[in-house]
Amino acid sequence: MSEHAVVLESVSVVPAGAEGPVLRDVDLVVEEGELALVVGRTGSGKSTLLGAMCGRVPHFTGGTLHGRVLVHGRDTREHRPRDLADLVGVVGQDPLAGFVTDTVEEELAYGMEQLGLPAATMRKRVEETLDVLGIPELRGAALRELSGGQQQRVAIGSVLTAHPRVILLDEPTSALDPTGAEEVLATITRLVHDLAVTVVVAEHRVERVLHYADRVVHVAVDGTVTVGAPAGVMATSDIAPPVVELGRWAGWTPLPLSVRDARRAARGLRERLATTSGSGPDDVPGPDGARDPSNNRHIRRKMDDPHPTEPSNNRHIRRKMSTATSAPSVVPVLQASGVVVRHPGDVVAVAGVDLDLHAGEVTALMGRNGSGKSSLLWALQGSGATAAGRVRVGGPTTPAVDPAALDPVERRARVGLVPQSATDLLYLDSVGAECAQADHESTVPAGTCAALLARLAPGVPADRHPRDLSEGQKLALVLAVQLTADPPVLLLDEPTRGLDPSAKAVLATTLRDLAARGRSVAVATHDVEFVAECADRVVVMAAGEVVADGPTAEVVVSSPAFAPQVAKVLAPGPWLTVDDVRSAAPGVAP
Amino acid sequence: MTRPLPRAVHPAAWWGWAVGLAVAVSTTTNPLLLLLALAVTSLVVAARRGSSPWARAFRLYLWLGMAIVAVRLVLHVLVGLKVGSTLLLPLPEARLPSWAAGIQLGGDVYLEGLLGAALLGLRLAVIIACIGAANALANPKRLLRSLPSALHEVGAAVVVSVSVAPQLAESVQRVRRARQLRGDGGRGLRAVRRIALPVLEDTLERSLLLAAAMDSRGYGRSGAAPERERRLTGAVVLVGLLACAIGLYGVLDATTPALLGTPTLVVGLALSALGLWLGGRHVRTTTYRPDPWRGAEWLTLGSGVLAAAATTVVARTAPDALAMPLDPLGVPALPLVAVAGLLVAALPAVLTPEPPRPAPRVVVRGAVGVAA
Repeated sequence: MSEHAVVLESVSVVPAGAEGPVLRDVDLVVEEGELALVVGRTGSGKSTLLGAMCGRVPHFTGGTLHGRVLVHGRDTREHRPRDLADLVGVVGQDPLAGFVTDTVEEELAYGMEQLGLPAATMRKRVEETLDVLGIPELRGAALRELSGGQQQRVAIGSVLTAHPRVILLDEPTSALDPTGAEEVLATITRLVHDLAVTVVVAEHRVERVLHYADRVVHVAVDGTVTVGAPAGVMATSDIAPPVVELGRWAGWTPLPLSVRDARRAARGLRERLATTSGSGPDDVPGPDGARDPSNNRHIRRKMDDPHPTEPSNNRHIRRKMSTATSAPSVVPVLQASGVVVRHPGDVVAVAGVDLDLHAGEVTALMGRNGSGKSSLLWALQGSGATAAGRVRVGGPTTPAVDPAALDPVERRARVGLVPQSATDLLYLDSVGAECAQADHESTVPAGTCAALLARLAPGVPADRHPRDLSEGQKLALVLAVQLTADPPVLLLDEPTRGLDPSAKAVLATTLRDLAARGRSVAVATHDVEFVAECADRVVVMAAGEVVADGPTAEVVVSSPAFAPQVAKVLAPGPWLTVDDVRSAAPGVAP
Repeated sequence: MTRPLPRAVHPAAWWGWAVGLAVAVSTTTNPLLLLLALAVTSLVVAARRGSSPWARAFRLYLWLGMAIVAVRLVLHVLVGLKVGSTLLLPLPEARLPSWAAGIQLGGDVYLEGLLGAALLGLRLAVIIACIGAANALANPKRLLRSLPSALHEVGAAVVVSVSVAPQLAESVQRVRRARQLRGDGGRGLRAVRRIALPVLEDTLERSLLLAAAMDSRGYGRSGAAPERERRLTGAVVLVGLLACAIGLYGVLDATTPALLGTPTLVVGLALSALGLWLGGRHVRTTTYRPDPWRGAEWLTLGSGVLAAAATTVVARTAPDALAMPLDPLGVPALPLVAVAGLLVAALPAVLTPEPPRPAPRVVVRGAVGVAA
């Protein structure tokens, strides 16, 4: 038998109760030792493809699978997932959900116990795996107390101890902050390069994995699959990281897949952009310009000018738009000073934060997991407990009040919050019922919420169960419910989790639109590209304190962790997104 | 003798020790022996408990015991039959109809009756303290890991459900907070539905994820015995359990024929063990770092058994020494054999290896509070 790692022969999958197939006539070979990246929009069947490779589809999920799936010669028709456990390791999106035991060491051993390996072998492999992951000091730690990146590495380690030949990872970094994602990606590349394990990884955030991939598998919405070398597939893919989009727009060949490639290809573009945008030669500094404070100040001056003589890029236009629709508010809509939030166990989550939110502005709240972003949002909304500090919400017409002193109904009319697990807000069995309930809750004319939803996500059937909506539609529904109360301040906690790029673009437009109507929006997020798309201002938090606060370009361009790809390619220029570049230099593209 | 390396003593040994002590305690109302037994359990727990959360729960059992004594006293004053001659508290008594003859509502409280009630309460409290000691000393999860392999899958299910409980509490809290965002104060019956539905959905989703993950990691991979053998195993276990039940009944009820007692129980136990062995033959899972059974385990188990044996011997030879003399009131005896037995049960406090020290806590994420 030839030793391909994974072979799919004309595979079609029809899920139980569905009319059409999710995967259609898929022929795919993954060679041993390869890193294959699976991309595609939400709901396109990425997870189904991975499920088919480990036997979960159809043994666990139900449905019908036509064709044949071979994993190192084992047919999934005759082998259930548990019979493939020694061959295929599966790592999911939420590491905590898959943990069986509660300490690192026991979790690493669990799979081996099931395979019946001798005690001495287990002991040795646990130690080896702790070293491979670089976490020997965590051996006795409780799994729930680890950071997200550490948890995901333990999850990878727990399948690694069984010495599988293939590891499948379904969106391993989508729940992690950039640093945690880097840890996990470093571990994955280590597996491919040092241990020659075959890795198949599905990922929304293509930009994080693309430059490591040997092969890209693109799953289209109709269930067909394109396989090829990364540059080839990316040339036409509907999911592409900003560097690829920039490369496509600028017509670079070969198509750059990493910031490094793009930066080298962009030398000419940077010069032309500098001249087209009408700046003097001082705008094209040396290679270290990005870190040069004088340059940032220069950009800031440009950005903060409310009446730019020459709208040289999109960002300026935006800025002008928002200042035009709502007069630059001298008094902020929300004023917080000295906010302190404590959690049980003497943990200080927010350590005396002063923050003002202005009307017509989208503020992004960034920082690693556990830096206090969520706690701060809950404190600003008033539903979360605060240990000290004061929060005042009020507009030019209404007197300022402390939202925590209001009752929940009035509170949500002042400050709306979309929590991290947004679907917690939904409990009825149809979209229509949720909308009607929302109208009732805020005593507004019937149909208000439905109208909002129709604007945010057109074509959501009113009789659909909220659980059956796509991630983007769910978020739109929750957003519509919260906007029904028409709060002047809207806070969102990690809204982009699980959204594909098109859903993210819709959300960005929605938020910009809200700001343009004079609302104040604050978003806690890890997604730097999303921030580049929609935020006017970025506040960076660390250990419960605000460590940076300023216009988006100023804060993110110089930051290694928070700079979007386009900014890295075009630094020190103030362009953050491909759209910025497009409108800045319409004539530059060849 | 060199100092043994720190390690956890086998949880089954601690349970054996605790049950032995509980048996010893259950035969006596002698306050000296009861307090001695309490001191012994507390000493061993203080010396040999680990660092796990349930190890800190011992004091809860002590509080529970104190509550039991207090409730026993209150009940005695309210509805107990008051006996004795030393009047403590004159109280009016309510006349009850003849069908309630066993209950005396109110009435004068005598020292002897009150003391007897307190000692019965104390006995129960000490038994509970013994169980609490076993819980504090033996990690229940490790105990499940040393189950016979036929029960492996049941054990895994228990472990999973134990770890799911805190997650459930977390979901409830999260959803309650989310409800507030919709302007819902979260009270009353209607709120239950609003909270229960998302929580249930959440829990179901998580269980499915966990089940899928466990499946992919090989859970339930082996253990597929042929149909005939499975039926045989089932029959053997069933008959064994039935025999155990009948045997226990026979042992406890003195009027049944002797054959129904101990012999049936022994046969039942043997059949059950055979069934477990048959069922476990096809399960090929192994245990990572199994707890060894060495000298310290024998010593722990033995000291508990000895304590039980010593009081049983005293109960046979001098039963009066185990009871508190109430009529007339007197000083309780101090039966040397029973005292020696209980003192032997304190030996594990010094002779077993120390529990392993917890690893220094690493930097954890800030949001999760960790009570040190």
